[in-house]
Amino acid sequence: MNSYARSFLLVEIAKGFLLTLKYMFFMPRVTINYPYEKGPISPRFRGEHALRRYPNGEERCIACKLCEAICPALAITIEAEPREDGSRRTTRYDIDMTKCIYCGLCQEACPVDAIVEGPNFEFATETREELFYNKDKLLANGDRWEAQIASNLAADAPYR
Amino acid sequence: MTQTETLDVEIAEETQIKPFTMNFGPQHPAAHGVLRLVLEMEGEVVERADPHIGLLHRGTEKLIEYKTYTQAVPYFDRLDYVAPMNQEHAFALATEKLLGITVPKRGQYIRILFAELGRILNHILNVTTYALDVGAITPSLWGFEEREKGMEFYERVCGARLHANYFRPGGVASDMPAGLAEDMMTWCEELPKFLDDLHTLLTDNRIFKQRTVDIGIVSSHEAMDLGFSGPMLRGSGIAWDLRKSQPYDSYEEMDFDIPVGKTGDCYARYLVRMEEMYQSIRIMKQCLQNMPKGDVKSNDYKVCPPPRAEMKASMEAMIHHFKLFTEGYHVPAGETYTAVEAPKGEFGVYLVSDGTNKPYRCRIRAPGFPHLAAFDFMSKGHQLADAVSIIGSLDIVFGEIDR
Repeated sequence: MNSYARSFLLVEIAKGFLLTLKYMFFMPRVTINYPYEKGPISPRFRGEHALRRYPNGEERCIACKLCEAICPALAITIEAEPREDGSRRTTRYDIDMTKCIYCGLCQEACPVDAIVEGPNFEFATETREELFYNKDKLLANGDRWEAQIASNLAADAPYR
Repeated sequence: MTQTETLDVEIAEETQIKPFTMNFGPQHPAAHGVLRLVLEMEGEVVERADPHIGLLHRGTEKLIEYKTYTQAVPYFDRLDYVAPMNQEHAFALATEKLLGITVPKRGQYIRILFAELGRILNHILNVTTYALDVGAITPSLWGFEEREKGMEFYERVCGARLHANYFRPGGVASDMPAGLAEDMMTWCEELPKFLDDLHTLLTDNRIFKQRTVDIGIVSSHEAMDLGFSGPMLRGSGIAWDLRKSQPYDSYEEMDFDIPVGKTGDCYARYLVRMEEMYQSIRIMKQCLQNMPKGDVKSNDYKVCPPPRAEMKASMEAMIHHFKLFTEGYHVPAGETYTAVEAPKGEFGVYLVSDGTNKPYRCRIRAPGFPHLAAFDFMSKGHQLADAVSIIGSLDIVFGEIDR
């Protein structure tokens, strides 16, 4: 009999609505106003790639091609030859961002912390061609994000 | 028989039509991804259901044959992309078995911790979208908030919210950052409140029950015959869980129960998934409380890359580093079938090594595949709307079925 009464009075429906109203009016707001507010990201975040430089402006990459070798998606292409001063540097460093799967193996492989996956995740483009990154673009990314990349690397250094 | 009745019978005989064939998906929002069903309908009743798969086929198994063991790990994230780390777990365990290495205790605990987190993430998504399929929008709006918090833990530990690449053969990629354990503990304390709210919304709700109770009943015998595993099998009353029956990593040290359904219908499977989330929280708490100190990955530098500081200082470590990231490691010839209890069921990796640095064959046993294959059996005689309920309770993700 009790169950009939409960069924007739829509008890479980009423409970559900009360709970929904509680969430609606008495719970803190959880949504964020995206382009102006952003969710937190950790120092380990793997976003857009960047090629870094030493503080004196010399590029870090020594063209060891470990990142090219480890890349599961074959997204990285490197060509290298000795520079005029005899040091080994890349003449070409391309990343096809449409192939990249953001696994982070390139930055793990890099012995000089040259290629890193930075904190930037807003690099959508209007054309496909813009996602074929070359060395200039990657170095420019490095210059632009260097402060944050360096602090992230420092924060994560004890765990690497 | 009167004149009119005879006429009615005659008309009924004349209007007998052959089963109507209907296409369900692959763009249908209730089809969970790219499922295409060809349904033969007798009026509103499903006569025969024919799932057409392969729309998300990427050739993962073949691709892995051309990748080193390290490079193969990210492919496992992309199988069941709802709980990526559980898939990596199976591959890591299989490779470790062939290599004959053991993972340090802390590494094992971290793996269990994140495997259980993955289970919760998966079940939250399944239960709430299942409710969405049968007409309730609110649970999925709330569920995604909790899921987002879980994803943030993923992001903090490995740098990606979804495609983790975190469980490696020999351990995990890196230790948990400071403060993460405390935050996860807080989350574990708070999550049961959300689950209780979910129970309030769904478990007694008459609309939800009308759509799920006695729909898609599978008896325990049939469930075994159909090759079910995971919540699908437990919903039919068989207490089978690989974490208990053949514990891997340190599951034998964990104290948890296996929830079992009684009726084998969609509602029982829903209840099993809900209870599994509570059990996963229990396991996560035990992991966090008893987390041992020490290494998180094997210190065999022939398999796991040495720490960066050592790589910079020691020539030998540098050579190991270069060898590991170019050639990878050679796995002794042999074969193994290693399975883990993934959120959807038994996820197995059959790995054959011929002694080189790449797998000779990597066959992936996806739990969703036999579940989807049983869809015809489960939906026969049910109405079209019930087919949607059944798909929801199967918990299928096409990343793993199509591979």
